[in-house]
Amino acid sequence: MLALLATSPSGLEKLWFALIGVLWLGYFFLEGFDFGVGVLMPFVSHDDVDRRVVVNTIGPVWDGNEVWLITAGGATFAAFPLWYATVFSGFYLALFVLLAALIFRGMAFELRHRRDDDRWRRWWDRALFWGSALPALLWGVAFADFVHGVPIVAGGEWTGTFFDLVKPYALLGGLATLSLFTLHGATYLGLKADGPVRERAREVARWLAPTTTVVVTAFLGWTYLSAHAWHHTGLVPPLLPILGVGALAAVGWLVHDRLEGWAFIATAFVVVAFFTTLLLNLYPNVLVSSVRSSYDITVAASASHPYTLTVMSWVALVFTPFVLLYQGWTYWVFKKRVSRPESVETRSSEV
Amino acid sequence: MSALLGSISTLSLARWQFGITTVFHFLFVPLTIGLGLLVAILQTASFRTGDESWERATRFFGKLFLVNFAIGVVTGIVQEFQFGMDWSRYSVFVGNIFGAPLAIEGLLAFFMESTFLGVWIFGRGRVSPRVHLLAIWLASFGTILSAAFILAANAWMQHPVGYAIDPATHQAVMNNFWAVMTNSTFVLEYGHVLFAALLTGSTFLLGVSAWHLRQGHDTAAFAKAARVAIVVVLVSAVGTIFLGDSQAKQMETQQPMKMAAAEALYNTTSGASFSLLTIGDLAGNPIFQVRVPHILSVLATNTWSGRVEGIHQLQAQATKKYGAGSYVPVIWVLYWTFRIMVGLGVLLLALGAVGLWLMRKRRLERSTWFLRFATWMILAPFLANSVGWIFTEIGRQPWVVYGLLKTSNAVSLIAPGYVATSLIGFTAIYTLLAVVEIGLMVRLAKVPSEPIAADDRAPELIY
Repeated sequence: MLALLATSPSGLEKLWFALIGVLWLGYFFLEGFDFGVGVLMPFVSHDDVDRRVVVNTIGPVWDGNEVWLITAGGATFAAFPLWYATVFSGFYLALFVLLAALIFRGMAFELRHRRDDDRWRRWWDRALFWGSALPALLWGVAFADFVHGVPIVAGGEWTGTFFDLVKPYALLGGLATLSLFTLHGATYLGLKADGPVRERAREVARWLAPTTTVVVTAFLGWTYLSAHAWHHTGLVPPLLPILGVGALAAVGWLVHDRLEGWAFIATAFVVVAFFTTLLLNLYPNVLVSSVRSSYDITVAASASHPYTLTVMSWVALVFTPFVLLYQGWTYWVFKKRVSRPESVETRSSEV
Repeated sequence: MSALLGSISTLSLARWQFGITTVFHFLFVPLTIGLGLLVAILQTASFRTGDESWERATRFFGKLFLVNFAIGVVTGIVQEFQFGMDWSRYSVFVGNIFGAPLAIEGLLAFFMESTFLGVWIFGRGRVSPRVHLLAIWLASFGTILSAAFILAANAWMQHPVGYAIDPATHQAVMNNFWAVMTNSTFVLEYGHVLFAALLTGSTFLLGVSAWHLRQGHDTAAFAKAARVAIVVVLVSAVGTIFLGDSQAKQMETQQPMKMAAAEALYNTTSGASFSLLTIGDLAGNPIFQVRVPHILSVLATNTWSGRVEGIHQLQAQATKKYGAGSYVPVIWVLYWTFRIMVGLGVLLLALGAVGLWLMRKRRLERSTWFLRFATWMILAPFLANSVGWIFTEIGRQPWVVYGLLKTSNAVSLIAPGYVATSLIGFTAIYTLLAVVEIGLMVRLAKVPSEPIAADDRAPELIY
């Protein structure tokens, strides 16, 4: 039955695979530095004012950045119901941990400054750190699993356990995204913070860049080799990962030469190249079966009917430009660097 | 662990999890929608008049709005994810139709509310006052728009339209998006929920203002806020009740079993009476009951002697149509949630009416009993919102998509241990959040409003 349906994807289906890819890229590009900033907060701050400088660099934008995830999730549900259903039920416990982390992180932004109480702030700082570090790790694990295969049989039925999701390749993928997002956060802080936080972020970026280069290169190398060995259909254009690794190797120099804008553009490019490589490698599947390749879930087999895809294409075509415009505009409005105030005024929002 | 869980099914765990997380999420959402609009109104008054007391009220309630908004956002992500996690067979079945509004909700509504809220929080003094005002209106508009898409999706589950069943995959596929977005069930549901959200926001605004008026804090600002609130409470209570009544008539034609179960009406009756309350069992042998003649017929059919179908007859019809099985939801839950919802709605209407009367008599600020009553009434809309959803969702059972997919066929094929873990986890996290959140809200609500500084810029460090 499913084999019959597994024809090659139509143009509309290809378009939606690409659009969902774009949503994920947008999410990782934007929320990637949010995660990095959250992970770095304890390491680039010496006191609470520093910590507040760090949080305020992403304060106006983190929530809008997270909506890229909500939209990617909703679009996957609508365009590829079987993909959404199989991944979300199969990655059950991992997603539970991810959701718990995102809950505490989101609350930390809004609540940490609401009480002038050191213990209260310390708890929310922990929430912000773990709420950023865990998703940064787990997204890499999940995307590595999509590509490398999970234990599913016909119709997306799951036959494995939680431990099938944390194989060495996937763990390396998680480590790669954790260090990449942290580096991305460091270059963001270099661009958005001022004063001691900016300097410390620069120091972190200088030693983190080579480490990240090694981990990411190892992971992309493994991806490239295994893709050719196991999935002959999954053509990997090696140009993109090579350019990505090249940009990553340059980050250390750019930071050293205080070319902060270029350093941020470089890490952003690496994030995009990294996930584009994985998505291209995944295509024409959306989820690979580690049991047998005939159980792979393909773009064509999991896609919604053309009517739904057409409706959503029109909605996306009309409204996406507005979203990009006003979201871009907020970055322009808050383009000023965040720095330690000369005197820390009493906070109006405080009890 | 697994032995202990042997007798508990994935289905019942998943249902409890959905119920707990959804009711919790929806404690905060209506306040976000309602209070967001009211804060926009307060800020508009401040912008127009230049009167600082309006501005103090705006900032005071704006702060409460933000603390509440955050929890709605973080619990909302769980909502989107758990369709796939716990209800994967449902997700495959409905994805073509249900997924589209969710995706559009993200693109049209969530980007708007989160982006412009960021501008609103951080933008005072950085953007012009006009743009700052526009930001809160756009954020508020985003919250109102988001409700439209998720309710269109829910209305489709209550009353599927604009679809066909694909014979090959047995999925529901959309063939008319316009029909989905203009579903008669959706139109009434959206209005009912929006008015209820406004009622929640305005009752909150009134109750908190009333507390400060009793304390004698900043009476200029809180009396203004209270006046706005009273008018909105009254208008939105009328709207909520009127649309709820229209929904009852619609329910009688679209989901008659829900109506019959709401009254525990076992046999088809013409000129059916309505029981205000029952002591004893609901299966026809009450110990004590207060009944109002003909009211159920009026409620369900708009006629004095209209025919209301009974549970037994509807069960027989459903068996004939869909095959063997029980098609009766849990009657006592429906009976009581319906009465609590309606009773609280009427009580809130009274709050608005009495408030308006006191306002006209210029006795509002001095009427201690009313101010005290108004503060306690803050709890009423939250309870009404929760029982309203419990009523409408339990009332649809055994269906998850009415007439098309049973809840028991919608659940993911995963071991109960997974769902038990997340059920315990989410319940623990949400309990913790509730304690922290409610504690903080009460704390912030009791702090008097602050004077507006001469240098009126948002501080360098907000968070």
